[in-house]
Parts: sequence; C-alpha cells; structure tokens
Amino acid sequence: MALLEVDALQTHFRTPDGINRAVDGVSFHVNAGETLAIVGESGCGKSVTAMSILRLIPEPPGKIAGAIRFNGKNLLEATDKEMRAIRGNEISMIFQEPMTSLNPVLTVGRQIGETLRLHQGLSAQAAEDRAVEMLNLVGIPEAKRRVREYPHQLSGGMRQRVMIAIALACNPKLLIADEPTTALDVTIQAQILDLMRDLKHRVGAAIVLITHDLGVVAEVAERVVVMYAGKKVEEAPVHALFNRPRHPYTQGLLGSVPKLGSSLTGEATRLAEIPGLVPSLKQKIPGCVFASRCPHATDLCTAIAPALEEKAPGHVAACHYALREGALAA
Amino acid sequence: MSTAPLLQVNDLKKHFPIHGGFFGGVTAKVYAVDGISFDIAKGETLSLVGESGCGKSTVGKALLRLFPLTDGQVILGGTRIDDMPSSTLRPMRRRMQVVFQDPFSSLNPRMRVRDILAEPIRNFGLSNSSADLEARLVALMDKVRLPKDAINRWPHEFSGGQRQRIGIARALAGEPDLIICDEAVSALDVSVKAQIVNLLQDLQKELGLAMLFISHDLAIVEHMTHRVAVMYLGKIVEVAPRRSLFGAPKHPYTEALLSAVPQPTPGIQRQRVILKGDVPSPINPPKGCRFHTRCPYAFDRCRVEEPVLRPIADAMGEGHVSACHLHDRSAAENPLSGAKGAALLAVG
Amino acid sequence: MSTTTLPPGVNAAVPMQDIMPPVRARGGALGFLRRNPTIAIGGLLVLLMIFVAVFAPFLFTRDPTSLAPALRTREPSAQFWFGSDMLGRDIYSRVLYGARVSLTVGFAVAICASAIGLFIGLISGFIRVADSIIMRIMDGIMSIPSILLAIALMALTRGSVGNVILAITVAEVPRVARLVRGVVLSLREQPYVDAAVASGTRTPVIIIRHILPNTLAPMTVQATYICASAMITEAILSFIGAGTPPIIPSWGNIMAEGRALWQVKPYIVFFPALFLSITVLAVNLLGDGLRDALDPRMAKRL
Ligand SMILES: Nc1ncnc2c1ncn2[C@@H]1O[C@H](COP(=O)(O)OP(=O)(O)OP(=O)(O)O)[C@@H](O)[C@H]1O
Ligand SMILES: Nc1ncnc2c1ncn2[C@@H]1O[C@H](COP(=O)(O)OP(=O)(O)O)[C@@H](O)[C@H]1O
Ligand code: SF4
Ligand code: SF4
Ligand SMILES: [Mg+2]
Ligand SMILES: [Mg+2]
Repeated sequence: MALLEVDALQTHFRTPDGINRAVDGVSFHVNAGETLAIVGESGCGKSVTAMSILRLIPEPPGKIAGAIRFNGKNLLEATDKEMRAIRGNEISMIFQEPMTSLNPVLTVGRQIGETLRLHQGLSAQAAEDRAVEMLNLVGIPEAKRRVREYPHQLSGGMRQRVMIAIALACNPKLLIADEPTTALDVTIQAQILDLMRDLKHRVGAAIVLITHDLGVVAEVAERVVVMYAGKKVEEAPVHALFNRPRHPYTQGLLGSVPKLGSSLTGEATRLAEIPGLVPSLKQKIPGCVFASRCPHATDLCTAIAPALEEKAPGHVAACHYALREGALAA
Repeated sequence: MSTAPLLQVNDLKKHFPIHGGFFGGVTAKVYAVDGISFDIAKGETLSLVGESGCGKSTVGKALLRLFPLTDGQVILGGTRIDDMPSSTLRPMRRRMQVVFQDPFSSLNPRMRVRDILAEPIRNFGLSNSSADLEARLVALMDKVRLPKDAINRWPHEFSGGQRQRIGIARALAGEPDLIICDEAVSALDVSVKAQIVNLLQDLQKELGLAMLFISHDLAIVEHMTHRVAVMYLGKIVEVAPRRSLFGAPKHPYTEALLSAVPQPTPGIQRQRVILKGDVPSPINPPKGCRFHTRCPYAFDRCRVEEPVLRPIADAMGEGHVSACHLHDRSAAENPLSGAKGAALLAVG
Repeated sequence: MSTTTLPPGVNAAVPMQDIMPPVRARGGALGFLRRNPTIAIGGLLVLLMIFVAVFAPFLFTRDPTSLAPALRTREPSAQFWFGSDMLGRDIYSRVLYGARVSLTVGFAVAICASAIGLFIGLISGFIRVADSIIMRIMDGIMSIPSILLAIALMALTRGSVGNVILAITVAEVPRVARLVRGVVLSLREQPYVDAAVASGTRTPVIIIRHILPNTLAPMTVQATYICASAMITEAILSFIGAGTPPIIPSWGNIMAEGRALWQVKPYIVFFPALFLSITVLAVNLLGDGLRDALDPRMAKRL
C-alpha cells in the first residue's frame, strides 16, 4: 500500500466571476521513502494540491472532493482534531517564503520546540535540546546560540533551514515542500537541495517536492507528476520523463528551457516556445486542456478529453496521440 | 574612432547612505556598486550576472541616471552623460531604454497601452503628425507581436507575458541603441519565458540593438549573450566571452555559480562546488578579496590584498579577465587552470 | 458522450462533475453592489441622508425655528413626530435641517482637507528639502488632538458654518498630507515611474500623469473617513457651544439644548444622536467598502 494516495482530487473555489477549478480530478500516489516531484507553471494547481492534502484550504470559498488516503485513512473524512494531530507530526510542510511562514516574535528554538511539545509532549528542556540537535542536523553553525535568535536575525537560506528543521522535528513520514528554493539564490539553493538529499537518506521521509524548475526536478526526484491547468497530464519515473516525454506539453516545457553548456555543445540557437496562454480555470474545457496550445491538436482533441493511459511501464500520459510505444503520431 | 564602444563605463560607484540616529544623519553606507568598469559595443549583448543584492539593478539604474552617481564615468556614444545636467540629458535618454522584471508594476495601471507607447515618442519629438504617431504605434505593436486592436486596452487586461511585450514596445518606441533588460524574463512562466527570450533575440538581430542583460538565470544568459560580466558584492570579478566563461571559468565564484545551477538532465555526474554560508552584507564588505569568506581556495593573501581584474593567458576566448590571486600561481597550483566548464556542467 | 461513439483506440477521460453549484457572474452596477454589500448599504444610507438634507423644505412638518412656548417638551406624537424642545420647536423638523449642516460640514471638510493635503503631500513626497520642514509642521499639528485644535481655532473667530469648516479642515489636513506623502514615496519607486523618467518625461508631467491618478484611490477612502470624523467634530463643537451658531439647527445644537433635560425627556437628545450615528456609520461603511474594492492587493489575496 502506498503511503499517500490521492484519488480524483478536486478543489474548486467560488469566486465572484465563476468557479475556479484549481484542481480538477488529480490522482497520484507516494510510496514510503520516495521523492515525488510535481511540476507545472504557476497557477496550474500545485500549491492547492499540497494545501488540500493537509486540508489547509479555506472552506468556503474552497471545496474539496475525492479522496486523500494517508496510510489507508481518508483525510477528507478526518475530524479537525485528527488533522491537527497529523499536521506537523506525520505530514509536515515547507513553504516558499520562509519569512512569512515563521513567527517573527518567537525565537527559532521556541518554534521548533512548539511542535515537539504539542505532538510528543516533551518538556521545555527536552524540546530545546532537541531543537539544538535539529539545527545541527540542518547544518546551522553555532546551533546553541542560534536557537535563541529571532527569524529576522537569520539570512534567507538559514530561515529555510529552520523551516526544514521544524518540518523534520517530529520525524514525519511525509514532507511536502512547496517551492522550497524558489526564493533563494542559486548558491543557497544548491546548499538546500544538498541538505534535502542528505536528510532524505538519514531521515527516510517521503518527499513531495513542488516546483516549476525542471533542473531541480532532475536533481532530486525519483518520479514526476506534470500538471497543466488543474489536471495531471503526465506521470513517469524521472529518467523516462526527461529522456522520452510523451505528452506534448511536457515536450514543449523541456524544449523551452535552455541547458547550461549550450554554447559548448553548439545546441539549438532558438528556444522551442509553446504558443499562446494557459486557459482560464473558470471555463469548463470539454476536450483536452492543452488543445488550445498543442501543435498536434485535432478535432478529436477539442471534442474528447483524453484519458490517462499507461504508455510504457509506470509512464502515463493524457494524450490521444502519444503512442503506447513509438514516437508521437503527428 | 569608428571602433569606440557604444557604452563605456569607468569605475562606476554608487553608495547609498543609511540614515539613522535621532537627527537622521548618515550612520553607514551600502556599497551597492563599488567601482566597476565595462563597455558594450554596438549590437552586442553583455550580461550582468550574480546573486541577489550584488548590485546588478543598481548598475542598470545608475546608467539610466535614475539617481545621481557617487563616482565614475558613463560615456554613451562618445559623450559623457554622468555629469550632464538633466535638461541636456533628456534628449540623450532616447538612446538608452529599459525593460523591468515585474510585468505588473512596470506599466502604469491608469494609462492605456496607446498612451504608454506614445509617451516616449512625444517626449523625444519623433513624430510630427498624428498620422505618423499612429503608424509608429501600429509598427511597435507589430514588432512585439501583439494584435493591433489591443492598443486601446488597459494593462490589467493582459497576461504577464503580454505585459512584458508592452514593456518591450515602450523601450523600442524611442528607437534606442541600447536596451537595459533588468531581469526582463525572470518573473515569467517557463513557456512564456521562451517566447520573450526569442522575441528579444529577434529584435536584437532585426534592429541591431545593444543589450545589457541583467539576470541571475545562467542558462538563459548563456543562450542570449555575447559576453558575460560576473558581479559579487558590488564588484565585477570576471568578464569573458560566452564560450570562454562557460567552458573555462577562471574565477572561483563563477565556478561555484555554474556548478550550483540545477541541470535538467537526471543522473549526470558533475563536479560540484557548494559554497559555505551566505553573501556578506554590502554595508561591511570583507577586506581584501570580497569573496574570501566563502571561497574554497582562499589563502592568506586573499584576506589582505584586493585582487584586480587582469587578462588571463590560458583562457578559451579573447578578452577574458578575472580578479583572483590564484592567477599569480603556476598552472599546476591553480585549481582553475584549463577548461573546467564541461565538468561543472557535465556536457560534451 | 457515450463510449460507443468513440473512434477505435481512443479512451475518453472520466468527465469531472462540478462540486459546487454554478456561480452566476453578474456584471454592471448591480453585480458590483452585490459583490460589495458594504458599499451598497453605506451608499444607500448616505444617499438617504442627502435626500433628507436636500428636500428638508418639503419634508418638514413645522417651521424648525418657530417658537411655541405653549407646546414645550411634548413627547413624540402625531403632531410632533420626534417631540418638541424646551422652546416648543419641532424636533423632527429641526433634525431634518440639522442634516444640512452636518453633511455640508462633512463634505466640505473632506473636499478641502483632501485638496490641501494632496497638494502638501505631493510637494513633500517630491522635494526632499521641503519634506523635512513640512513634515515637522504636520507632526506638530497632529500632536494636538484635532478636537482641541478645532476648539482653539473656533475661540479665535465668530461661530459660523464657514469657520467650523475651516477649523476642522486645518485639523484634518496633516493626516491627508501624511497619507499622500507615503503613497507618493512608494509610487516613486514603481518601475513604471523609472521607465517614464528614462523615456524623457519631465517631473511635472510625471507627477500629474503617473503619480496623481494613482493616489486618488487611497485618497477617496481617506476622504470618507475624514467626512465622518468632521461630522462628529462639528457635533461636538456645536454641543459645547463653540460651533454652529444656536439659531441654525444642527444636530450638535439640538443635543446641547436637550442636555439639561435628558434624564426626563431623553428623546430630545436621542433623535439627533440617532441620525448622527447612522450617518457616521454609513459614511464609514462606504469608506470600508471602497477600501476593499479599490485596494487591488486585498482583492487579489482573496
Ligand atoms: N535606494 C537604496 N537605498 C539603500 N540601499 C539600496 C538601495 N537600492 C539598492 N540598495 C542596496 O544595494 C545593494 C544592491 O542592490 P541591487 O538592487 O542592485 O541588487 P541586484 O543585484 O539587482 O539584486 P536582485 O537580483 O535581488 O535584483 C543591495 O544590498 C540593496 O539592498
Ligand atoms: N483561496 C483561494 N481562493 C480562490 N482561488 C484560489 C485560492 N487559492 C488558489 N486559488 C487559485 O487556484 C489556482 C491554482 O493555484 P496554485 O495551486 O496556488 O498554483 P501553483 O501551481 O502556482 O502553486 C489559481 O488560479 C489560484 O488563483
Ligand atoms: S490530446 Fe491532442 S491536444 Fe491534447 S495533448 Fe494530445 S495531441 Fe495535444
Ligand atoms: S582572490 Fe583568493 S579569495 Fe578571492 S577568489 Fe581568488 S582565491 Fe578566492
Ligand atoms: Mg504555488
Ligand atoms: Mg535587481
């Protein structure tokens, strides 16, 4: 049994000008100890998916349907009390903006200790000792001094390390990281990614990594889910996805990012662009969600939404023309 | 002289005073840009790369004279513009235009696209009749591949990528020689980013524009640029032609920067240099080499003596300069001799 | 669509049903009011008060200034809807006319204070040298509670509606000036202003074309709050006899006259107070609604 199973998740929002179908029928699973990446452009529903798993969506205006099974238990049917016991304990989350997700008036040590005292009933002294231990684990120098500091006294990279320390304090089984390095510089991003890879081996938690950066995906993920306009359009092991993308959107996405070293290998001098714009989530799209921008679209695509089909072992894509084996038909 | 560069910058400095205390006096200074020099030829793209806060945007704004400079010279087409009074500067501004990062705050929300684009044309007196103005506006929309009827709409009716096109059209309206792109594609989504990158490249070829491309995205920079200048804490540490910089970086900071970029190729084996710690504050930059607090190769001399930019003998390309004391050592002792870029990037 | 009509080899996705009832998107003025109920309620009440003030000559039942000593301090009745005061004047009619004074003072102060504050704020936000001097003066004025300042100014002059407006305006200007200065300083940092400078736009044009229009939204919101606070200040001034002359019926005056009797004849104070409260509440609601509707940041966050 998978650690987390998301089944036909729908998260819609009521807005003044129509229903925003932010996530519309997304299914995937995460195995224990595995790293799954969710990629897609901004607004495609990555963060809403993550927030839905932890039931952090404000209801109203939001509404969640489908099933989210964690260790076999459907979180959508859990009581608020049960959810509080799960959040930060069995499933924890890291957000994009480290400053706004830390409490500015509490010391770093208090914030790490808080979750421990809440979930594991540690004494104040034991919690602080463990906080120091956690800061050491995430590589913050002089941890003894730093536990008494406030978030504004730390740099962006250190704040993100503290966020990771808080998230890992209770030894969660699942860590959801929503764009954990997007706000950071590349050299700091490299430090944090390195830390996450290292901790994964040591702590053994499963990770759902949400990002729009294909480079980050290639470096840390084992399996990848590609989202577009609230739907999952492709899912594959990381090598299969990068070597042999099946969905035209994934192909377009990979073609539109230049690779470092292109001037040395003399690769293409022009980027492949995906024409047009992401469709509005407030309109119901009858056929394939990507049809308005797809170079291979036909009448069939605009009329009938393609089902997710297994094109190769473990490799699913939602496209009428992505052949099971062999290249794209068009 | 016909080979004079379009833009020449000599020892540019910009220090921001920090006001504090009861009387609001100057208590400290931010050494945002601290003595940098470079030039850009006609039709050339020079990229300015570096981490957040190293002074890239400040250089761009200083060149545009959006604030007074602390020191240094800016020579545009043979004329010094850094000490010009603003009345003589105003007509010169036409030659140097700017595209900003944020597609939302870079357009006045209360002006129609038409008025946004007409403003520079009117200011620089480029059209003498309303028919001519109209023709210019239509041509601009065409250049940035926006539909002509969009000209009467408001900025909020456009998506981020389309707004960026409007921003580019405004920069082109004055028929400039040089465009400063300050993170012009950084805020855009992957698929839209490629559209705008392609547009900028097409326009540059079509109009023979020179570009100062400010960015922290090294892959895009490599794709777009002719030459690259790497900044760290208000100083340029390395300048080189594209191939030379990416194939054989000669400064430890450039090496670390290149190796830190995640590559969209799973499973490649590359040589990694992971820097310790964070960028120091530009209020108190480290003495000696500014990079010594994080440099994996730092030695005693680095802590006391500041290295200067100097030509590199064994570089891949011409005009490769770098500021590091390692260049005084023999090739055997210099970890950065030879072509190392491919190992850092795991290509070829 | 049933699977039988599909071409061979084509698999259709299971269609997703909406999980909430459809939202009817309404455009136009009605849709706007539906989405902004505070504006609708506040605006309606303010319009009602304006209607009362404008049409007071048609709505009143007795001359608000005519004395009738025989009919003193009558309880509310068919003859005196809101009762009568110590001099036998009809409180209903006086309250209607009082709306004129309150609204005139409120709107006039809002307009004058905004205009002057806008001017000072723009100068302060754009000219560094002027800024420190102007802002110290504004801080000085702001350190005196506005009601005390208004009382002091009124003590220097003759009581008249015009002077009341002047006194309250002086007390309110610094708040607007500060707000505008803050907005100007942040707008000056906007990339579109930098782009305008880079494309050769002169400073006065920058101010008029790029800065001013974008200060209007926060200004409008601030103006409604000033309007509400000016109406209260006017009532206080009149109540303590330092405002509108007693012969002009204003809510503050009516309350002042009923003060001595309020334990036995509470209605004399009650009705003008009720009208004042409703009007102030309405204007504040309008301000809150406008703030939410005009502030794109708050709207986007939802
Ligand atoms: N008006 C100002 N007053 C004081 N300090 C400033 C001002 N503008 C910039 N700075 C400081 O100057 C330094 C360089 O800033 P700059 O905006 O040029 O960085 P940058 O390289 O463009 O960074 P980013 O990649 O984040 O855009 C920073 O430390 C910044 O805080
Ligand atoms: N609280 C909310 N109310 C209404 N719409 C929302 C809310 N949160 C997110 N959305 C919408 O859901 C869509 C997906 O958002 P999100 O998951 O944050 O995108 P991303 O993939 O960039 O993380 C967007 O259209 C967004 O505007
Ligand atoms: S189903 Fe059609 S439109 Fe959709 S991705 Fe495949 S080819 Fe393109
Ligand atoms: S001078 Fe020294 S500290 Fe600076 S980059 Fe070179 S080796 Fe490193
Ligand atoms: Mg997100
Ligand atoms: Mg910048």
